[in-house]
Amino acid sequence: MLIEEDTVPEPNSDLAVETSDLVKHFGDTRAVDGVDLKVPSGTVFGILGPNGAGKTTVVRMLATLLIPDAGHARVLGHDVVREADAVRSRVSLTGQFASVDEDLTGLENLILLARLLGISKTRSRERAAELLDAFGLEDAADRQVKKYSGGMRRRIDIAASILATPDVLFLDEPTTGLDPRSRNQVWDIVRVLVAGGTTVLLTTQYLDEADQLANRIAVVDHGKVIAEGTSGELKASVGSGAVHVRLRDAGQRPEAERVLTERLGTEVYLEHDPVALTARSADAGRVSGAISELTASGIAVAEFSLGQPSLDEVFLALTGHPAEENDEETEEAA
Amino acid sequence: MSTHSASTHVHNGTPAVDEKLLAALSTRERPTRPNPVQVSLTFGWRALLKIKHVPEQLFDVTMFPIMFTLMFTYLFGGALAGSPREYIQDLLPGILVLTVAMITMYTGLGINKDINKGVFDRFRSLPIWRPAVLVGALFGDVLRYTLASIIVIGLGLLLGFRPDGGALGVVAAVALLLVFAFSLSWVWTALGFLMRTEESLMAVSMMILFPLTFISNVFVDPSTMPGWLQAFVDVNPITHLSSASRGLMHGDVDTSQIGWVLLACVVFVAVFGPLTMRLFRKKE
Repeated sequence: MLIEEDTVPEPNSDLAVETSDLVKHFGDTRAVDGVDLKVPSGTVFGILGPNGAGKTTVVRMLATLLIPDAGHARVLGHDVVREADAVRSRVSLTGQFASVDEDLTGLENLILLARLLGISKTRSRERAAELLDAFGLEDAADRQVKKYSGGMRRRIDIAASILATPDVLFLDEPTTGLDPRSRNQVWDIVRVLVAGGTTVLLTTQYLDEADQLANRIAVVDHGKVIAEGTSGELKASVGSGAVHVRLRDAGQRPEAERVLTERLGTEVYLEHDPVALTARSADAGRVSGAISELTASGIAVAEFSLGQPSLDEVFLALTGHPAEENDEETEEAA
Repeated sequence: MSTHSASTHVHNGTPAVDEKLLAALSTRERPTRPNPVQVSLTFGWRALLKIKHVPEQLFDVTMFPIMFTLMFTYLFGGALAGSPREYIQDLLPGILVLTVAMITMYTGLGINKDINKGVFDRFRSLPIWRPAVLVGALFGDVLRYTLASIIVIGLGLLLGFRPDGGALGVVAAVALLLVFAFSLSWVWTALGFLMRTEESLMAVSMMILFPLTFISNVFVDPSTMPGWLQAFVDVNPITHLSSASRGLMHGDVDTSQIGWVLLACVVFVAVFGPLTMRLFRKKE
């Protein structure tokens, strides 16, 4: 026991979630293979990775639905295995699939869950009505959830998760399968939740979602964290920014490639688009020099832009394969 | 689309919605953890709501008993007891046991459906007394069993069943049956966790239920059966329950039969209750 105590890391009060060397097997597959995470309180933390990377498994362990095979995880200072009930009383999980009863109406679902949390009968009704209103679902209150659209299901699901305001909210792929407008609504809800003081840990396979919402991002592949940081840090870790140039005349591209290679001193990529070129460079002075040189050499530049690499490029650089490559691998949904 | 108005509402009124949401989140009250009885009753309420929204699920508990009672009374009555009216005196307490035992398997199907949808994860992530999820569902099931019992006995009375034990005897027999059905249900909850699909669960349940209910003394006197079959009939709890049910309804009960039934109930709950909860915890 004493020896075991030694290996348990000291809880850190500024961290909402802290894991060390977390492992979970499913048969022969190491779904989660030694994950270390530190999620500061009051922030949005994104776990980014393709299908089958182990994102859902991590979240299910943190929400006390799965018992880790090895390693430790603390949520708000409580061990997820030994103090599971203490964790459950302060966190909520919105899963990949609607985690409300589809046969019941939206109102009944919220009242049912409020009652299960120990909220009184009258207060449960008030609270349910309040949340339906806040999520724009008051017209659908008396309709069965199975008749809801995808976006409405997500919203009732999130509403069910905040009946008693959680200190930590786990959102497992909150926008998978949603149309762009519903996705924006969910993003707005997440922003308001964080403004209200809740820590949000979300998983996503959408790079722009992590970019939009998360303060910090852990990139996960094959059960391991392969990179962690702010979106800016991740982009910087891949290298400098990029300059994108578009020409008027595709015939001038070989000449433009030569000029850019010479002036920037880096490799220049020829894109699919026959008038487009991309090169890595963070030095604005050199870039403007190179553009002037192009014009001086009689090459007509239609447009150019300086920007950071996209998270897609980050993923490719970190893993050697694009994020969407192994879509056929199914996430362990059971 | 029917969802249109709600969605537009959020979109157009974003600042207002944000304020409402912030207000809704500002209540940082932490409710006190409810006790096991409250939680079980809340899950019982859920079972009632499901009956309200999906009344088709009562089809099994109404048609099954009517079909069985009519079919076996007229199929076997003349041949086995001289007339259906004489046969039903002996058959009805048994057919009541058989039909209710049969419909207990829907408990497992309900659990299995919950698990395959996301709602079970929600319940598992709540700080509640976990067996309540199942106990509450069983409350709802007991209601269905009671309904089936009323239908069988009502139909029996119409067909000429006359219990010598009077109303009290009939009520006592139904009460014993409900205790047994509640206990037997734990077998199905355990299976509901073990089986991956509804189809496989249905198949396994049938494979257990058919021999359990038919190889008993419900339809015929076991004395004409070969010895090895009699041996099974004698230890089958359905045999004891059907004997006890006959005894209670006709006013000549052998209390040792009730004893055996209650013992079987204790065994079912003691073995399958903890097994179910173990599977509940380990469910991945």
